[in-house]
Amino acid sequence: MKTVKSSFKFHGGVHPEYHKDLARDKAIEAIPLPGTLVISMSQHLGAPAKCIVKPGDKVVKGQLIGEKGGFISANVHASACGTVKSIELKQGAAGGYANAVVLETEASDETAYMPPLDWKTATKEELLKRVEDAGICGMGGAGFPSSVKLNPPPDKHCEYLILNGAECEPYLTADFRMMLERADRVRTGVEIMRKVLNGPAVRIAVEANKPEAIAALEKAFADIEGNVEIVVLPVLYPQGSEKHQIYATVKRIVPEGGLPIEVGCVVENIGTVAAIADAVTLGKPLIERVTTVTGDGVNDPKNVLAPCGTRYEDMVAFAGGAKEDVRKVLSGGPMMGFNVADMSISTTKTTSGLTLLTEKSVFQYSSHPCINCGTCLRACPMSLNPAAISCAVESDDIAFAEKYGVMNCIECGACSFSCPAYRDVTQNCRRAKAAIRTRIAREKAATAAAAEKRS
Amino acid sequence: MKLILSSSPHAHAKNSVSSMMRDVIIALLPAAGCSVWFFGMRAVWLIAVCIAASVVTEAVCRIAMKRENSIGDFSAVLTGLLLALNLPPDLPLWMAVTGSVFAIAVAKQVFGGLGYNPFNPALSARAFMLISFTGAMTTWSNPAGYESVTGATSVDAVTCATPLMFIKKGDVSQLTSLKSFLLGNIGGCIGETCAIALLIGAAYLIIRKVITWHIPVSFLATMFVFALFKGGVPPILHVLSGGAILGACFMATDYVTSPITAKGKIVFGIGCGLLTMCIRSGGGYPEGVSFAILIMNAVTPLINRYTQPKPFGRK
Repeated sequence: MKTVKSSFKFHGGVHPEYHKDLARDKAIEAIPLPGTLVISMSQHLGAPAKCIVKPGDKVVKGQLIGEKGGFISANVHASACGTVKSIELKQGAAGGYANAVVLETEASDETAYMPPLDWKTATKEELLKRVEDAGICGMGGAGFPSSVKLNPPPDKHCEYLILNGAECEPYLTADFRMMLERADRVRTGVEIMRKVLNGPAVRIAVEANKPEAIAALEKAFADIEGNVEIVVLPVLYPQGSEKHQIYATVKRIVPEGGLPIEVGCVVENIGTVAAIADAVTLGKPLIERVTTVTGDGVNDPKNVLAPCGTRYEDMVAFAGGAKEDVRKVLSGGPMMGFNVADMSISTTKTTSGLTLLTEKSVFQYSSHPCINCGTCLRACPMSLNPAAISCAVESDDIAFAEKYGVMNCIECGACSFSCPAYRDVTQNCRRAKAAIRTRIAREKAATAAAAEKRS
Repeated sequence: MKLILSSSPHAHAKNSVSSMMRDVIIALLPAAGCSVWFFGMRAVWLIAVCIAASVVTEAVCRIAMKRENSIGDFSAVLTGLLLALNLPPDLPLWMAVTGSVFAIAVAKQVFGGLGYNPFNPALSARAFMLISFTGAMTTWSNPAGYESVTGATSVDAVTCATPLMFIKKGDVSQLTSLKSFLLGNIGGCIGETCAIALLIGAAYLIIRKVITWHIPVSFLATMFVFALFKGGVPPILHVLSGGAILGACFMATDYVTSPITAKGKIVFGIGCGLLTMCIRSGGGYPEGVSFAILIMNAVTPLINRYTQPKPFGRK
């Protein structure tokens, strides 16, 4: 095991103000069990889970309440004991609707966890099945089901397992606290994943502004065998982006439209790795996570360990409540977070933070015409031409945006962040991507309909 | 709670168009200072009149077009200052006013204002004036003959030739020392003579990341190499004379009218350098920087089309 500095710099990137000092020194604190939990069936990427409980059912903490609804999907478990009050269509932070189990909780020590496994003696298949059963998905934001990631197609081989501990999003400190306080769990998770993936080399990527986390990991991994390195990344947003992290750690470039496994890499977030350890050694499904409740709009910023399904209002109340002049509530941080206006939305497996901003931290603007300065080109980590794409989208020329590679956009926000004319560049890229996806879906449906007509 | 809803990102680098324009104005201050040092009150008047006329024209145009006032972005101030620095010291002030009105009204606002103009407004105005007021725009005086700002000496201005006129005639023996070129004690437009002041300003812009090195370096390097092969005048004097440095660092780098990618900027700079030298060696005018940049402005959309960046991960 050794610690190395990353020497591969990707193009672009920006330096937002980090504001991590608000919560970085606050130890992880468990929230008292809320009276009501609203557990969404769509906490991951892919098909929503199928709800298998009905109103009036009594459930136990850890019990399966939603079965995975497709290949790319994940199980959902009860995050506490209680009674199912209703099944309702609820809006999530990103705006989409999904079924959610409204659970009236009761204090009880009863659990319905799976039997613990000894990862040293368990087979690869058993371990993989456990990750799948436990409903584990990427906790960094996208929520890609881990069992799919850990089971690459037979013609692909994982050479590098990369642990994403960059946490480049401003304000958030949840992963930082996990590395600091649960480094041993992270290590167990790494050893399990390494076994499942047939012993790839391990790279743990951490931004240089987290020396305490690096020290904690060095200690926990000191006597690990095999090819394991901690890679210290320069502080640069978006260092936590999968493609950029792969480049920064092992200098491989994921091909356009491709997945990391195509260049022999699997990237998993720090929190997810610890959750995998819990699922195997304790039999505990993914029912809780650490969420940073922060921003100058909360009275007592904290890193909160909360059951999935805790409503935002309960999270904020636990962090000392919101200040009077809060103007923005973000699910996530300020660069990629979703702006919400409803405090009854509940947390999911991917809620890494809640950031509340007051009047003085909210940046309000009106846009000017593009002056062609090229700042966004220099900021774009995907080497796109956001200025040209954005102007094309404003005149509804989606074909131009597609030709200029808008589908590569990772929506990191670096372009809008750095635009001196305050243009909605990121938003325009998003609009183009949505329009292109809709068109592709429509074309697919038309082809399918035509095929049906012929037969 | 009164909440705001908007799309991410929710943070900003807090830079702005006006702060970038302000930086360019600051970068021009050393050159403006030198122009006052060498040409005295004439320079003060030219600069003041051009800036005032530009700002007033901008405000009037925006009112006439029923658009929001845009003088706060400082682009009109910058256009006025750049135009003034590109004028000969003895130009009648009414001509300077005419040029400023042309720059803002015709070269900029007719197209929709900042961000939409295809040609650099200050250079368009200079070209317009060169054609309309050919005599006044090509009469040069020796800096030594000017009343200083303090009013100490008062000698009648002496008409003289610029170094480029000697170069044109092939009369290299008349050229003054390299030191005069660097300090600016030579004939020429009020803001273009002092190379050191201009280079200090350019360095400031590059350090502040307002401009990149691509256009100035490729522009001047192309001129240097061209002059080297052509022979005759030492290449360094070509680079230091006329509006080369002012043009390469402050006019060709205008965002709106130059290519957006680094590759495109280099193509643009090489084109400017080649055209400048072609005009200087074979054209009717002794100086070609303004026309070279204007011609390359017209080519910018084409350069942009062929120098798009390659997305990360594309083969």
